[in-house]
Amino acid sequence: MADFEPKIVAFACNWCTYAAADLAGTSRIQYPPNVYIVRLMCSGMINPDYVLRAFEEGADGVIVSGCHYTDCHYIDGPVKCDAMFAKVKKLVHILGLEDERLRREMISTSEGTVFARVVQEFVDQLKKLGPSPFKVRMETVV
Amino acid sequence: MNLGDIIQETKAYYCLECGKCTSVCPVARYDPSFSPRAIIEDALLGFEDELVFNQKLFSCLTCYTCQQLCPADVDFPMFIQKARAIAQDNGQHGIYAHSGQLQSLARLMTSPSIKQRRLEWLSDRYRISDDSDVLFWVGCTPYFEPIFEDIEFRALDITEASLKILNFLGIEPKLLPDEKCCGHDVLWTGDVETFKKLAEHNTKLIKEAGVKKIIFSCPEGYRTFKLDYPNYGFDVDCELQHISEFLAEKIEKGEAKFNRIEKKVTYQDPCRLGRHLGVYDAPRKVLESIPGIEFVEMEHSRWDSICCGTSAFTNCDSYSNMIRTERLSEATSTGAQTIITSCPKCQTHFRCAMVDKGEEKRPTSQIEVLDLVNLVANAMGD
Repeated sequence: MADFEPKIVAFACNWCTYAAADLAGTSRIQYPPNVYIVRLMCSGMINPDYVLRAFEEGADGVIVSGCHYTDCHYIDGPVKCDAMFAKVKKLVHILGLEDERLRREMISTSEGTVFARVVQEFVDQLKKLGPSPFKVRMETVV
Repeated sequence: MNLGDIIQETKAYYCLECGKCTSVCPVARYDPSFSPRAIIEDALLGFEDELVFNQKLFSCLTCYTCQQLCPADVDFPMFIQKARAIAQDNGQHGIYAHSGQLQSLARLMTSPSIKQRRLEWLSDRYRISDDSDVLFWVGCTPYFEPIFEDIEFRALDITEASLKILNFLGIEPKLLPDEKCCGHDVLWTGDVETFKKLAEHNTKLIKEAGVKKIIFSCPEGYRTFKLDYPNYGFDVDCELQHISEFLAEKIEKGEAKFNRIEKKVTYQDPCRLGRHLGVYDAPRKVLESIPGIEFVEMEHSRWDSICCGTSAFTNCDSYSNMIRTERLSEATSTGAQTIITSCPKCQTHFRCAMVDKGEEKRPTSQIEVLDLVNLVANAMGD
């Protein structure tokens, strides 16, 4: 398990979290390179299948991240995102996945350090959990 | 399998091009570009690409209305099922409804190392037993619960009502915590590989459970186990029964007694239970044996009943909504207070149509939609 490097898919909104990730980069803040960022216009456009599909394609953990409630470029994106997240959380729970593999964050543009810290924490947590159970299907069958 | 094999298998070469299929097709009534006859014609003329790379292939509801009238007995829905498999091999699939979550869930379930938590809703109000001969197939309802909560559809109500009925009639069923999706939706959207994995798992699980009888509350699972599993070489080797058939049997023996419920109801035949498997009488018998229930038929009932508008969660479009709206107005015009169905998916689609955000698309009249088992469970008292 020591050499296990988790794969993380982060759904990041264009206006806040993606910019925060960019800020973390330009500020040369060190964080693990395990995260694959998918840029979206708003966290409110994420639907449950995005998350399920990420797990299906072999992600060990998924971060859904966007603006804070009052910062949204489209007024109520985070509220929609919360509703979607609650739904997908129940679905992956029934599927038998550990609840810790799914993370909802709100990271604003200026919070590059927060982004780096979240990724670091998540990688440490996933290393403890080990590979996603859905990976077995990927490796043995395909 | 190529197109030639499918034509042989479904006897599509017998097609007389009479067009009866298109004339009764619920989709063709609203979508002039969709025609079962033209699809078969394309296949017979060898236009494989035109057939496979066309979204119309996924618009079919596979509701079997066409086959009821076909003078040449062409198995058109089966043709669609197999042609979709070719389409899937070519990277084509329909536009999945609900963003494809249900198909994704089925594919995720093929992982052998997951331990589902699908029975967490189970409370000690229901008696279940691990040594029982009778298995109750829970199906997808635990997953439907969060997905459809915003259209006020509690899918687990159906499962709980079914358990209540079984307990009331003295049966303590066995439930399988490891059961997986039966594969209905992935099979009908062309993903045969996933279907086979799920079927293999479920067949093995049921054989290990050593039960003699499986009771379903969902017609789709029932159809898949009864027709599609043997078709693909998976045999569960036990008696299969839908809960309405089970109830009708008990009523015949005089073992089921119901309390009085004053209600005027009508019945929606789910395509999987009615036309696919020919179960028309059992649910009607159950409804008629509940005292106080006034049962009225809709204008289209039994074999020509109108579909709820979408199947296998694919290509749910404005035409689907029109079909649904038509069915709902037909139901309200009978004067019934409640439309009874025995398929969770019919219920999902009707409820969805009634809460549609577009004012002009929404049916003018609202009607209560209930599953047969919910009504029966209410009539059984506490």
